[in-house]
Amino acid sequence: MQNNEIFINGVRFLGLLLLQVLVLNHINFIGYINPYLYIIFILLYPFTGNKSLLIFLSFLLGLGVDIFSDSGGVHAAASVFIAYIRPLILKFSFGVSYEYNAIKLNKVKFAERLLYIVVMIFLHHIVLFSLEIFSTARILLILKATLFSGILSLLLILCSLLLFSRNKTD
Amino acid sequence: MFAFLFSIAFLITVQSHSFHNSSLVSSTNFLSGGLYSIKSDVTNYFGLRTQNTILLEENSRLRNQIRSLDVREKIPALDTLILPSSFGFLGANVINNNYSKTRNYITLSSGENEGIRADMGVITSKGLVGIVNKTSFNYARVQSILNENSQINAKLKKSTHFGFLVWDAENPNIVQLTEIPKLAPVAVGDTIITGGNSAIFPRGILIGTVKDFAVRSDDTFTLQIKLFNDMTNLNHVYIISNPNREEIEKLELDDAE
Repeated sequence: MQNNEIFINGVRFLGLLLLQVLVLNHINFIGYINPYLYIIFILLYPFTGNKSLLIFLSFLLGLGVDIFSDSGGVHAAASVFIAYIRPLILKFSFGVSYEYNAIKLNKVKFAERLLYIVVMIFLHHIVLFSLEIFSTARILLILKATLFSGILSLLLILCSLLLFSRNKTD
Repeated sequence: MFAFLFSIAFLITVQSHSFHNSSLVSSTNFLSGGLYSIKSDVTNYFGLRTQNTILLEENSRLRNQIRSLDVREKIPALDTLILPSSFGFLGANVINNNYSKTRNYITLSSGENEGIRADMGVITSKGLVGIVNKTSFNYARVQSILNENSQINAKLKKSTHFGFLVWDAENPNIVQLTEIPKLAPVAVGDTIITGGNSAIFPRGILIGTVKDFAVRSDDTFTLQIKLFNDMTNLNHVYIISNPNREEIEKLELDDAE
């Protein structure tokens, strides 16, 4: 990673953590639906970057959210999980080519980008809510929370990608 | 790497689900507690009007009580509803409040330095809130009644039948009172208060009213209780300390052995 990238990812890490725990955790739309925007850090982490570092950073990010929301280690577990499985999802959504060309998320086709984001969000949310609710009797609640929070997270992530994408006209 | 970190996270999760007093990761530490108090310093201004009304209502109620106590002073007190003097009350502010999960916790801006310890009861002027379950020097974490692990002794105001207050994680305004014997005279609208069978809450702290009830297969009632408190909007709370608690618990422990 270049210095510039380290700086951007550092700011993104802290900014997303603060935004998540101070604002987004308290939205409680219709009672229990909160968006989890912080996983955008894992989505946007350079595709060619160090994988172990990503897993470690995801753990710290998740643990940070956990400390603030008194939820044990559920966010840490879910984030580590999607950070670990990310190369697979990347291959699944963008084809094998992603490993060779350093592609950027805002340069690929919209359908492929959407597929990548949706799969990552729902994997994260299902792990998150399964661990948080932690009971097979409430499987319906787990699925409901995953679906609704997932949709809200998806909307928010797409909006923030639109907002912050730098349109380098080339 | 993945397996290691994932199992750490998983362990913390399991640990937070199974033990109610000792969580490694909690919002009572210096950093998150400090950040939450800065945040509530700012956001508190938005709720000032409603909080003022609540405090005003409480003031007028307390004034009425003082007035009636003045009259009663001449006759020897017979009413057991007056709190025993051994319970003390400490004020605190809520700096973080959760109610959307299945296990909810509340963070308070006072901690051990102000005399708050684990297992003290927490109420507002309107009713029950929860029990302190972790403290640091400046902050305390409360296990809210909106937590699947909470189980608080409660009873009907008009009779002595008591049961346990639990929450089914459905609605932040409705909790359940279970194990009320079928013999008990229950009607919609009845008031539910704390039972006073533990050293945490004195008897007679208000909880809510009966909204609905049903008989379960084991011949006990499960009552749906609408809380007096709005658990989604908490600001000023009182912590109940009982200086005799250790003595009582030691006695009960001796008895059990």
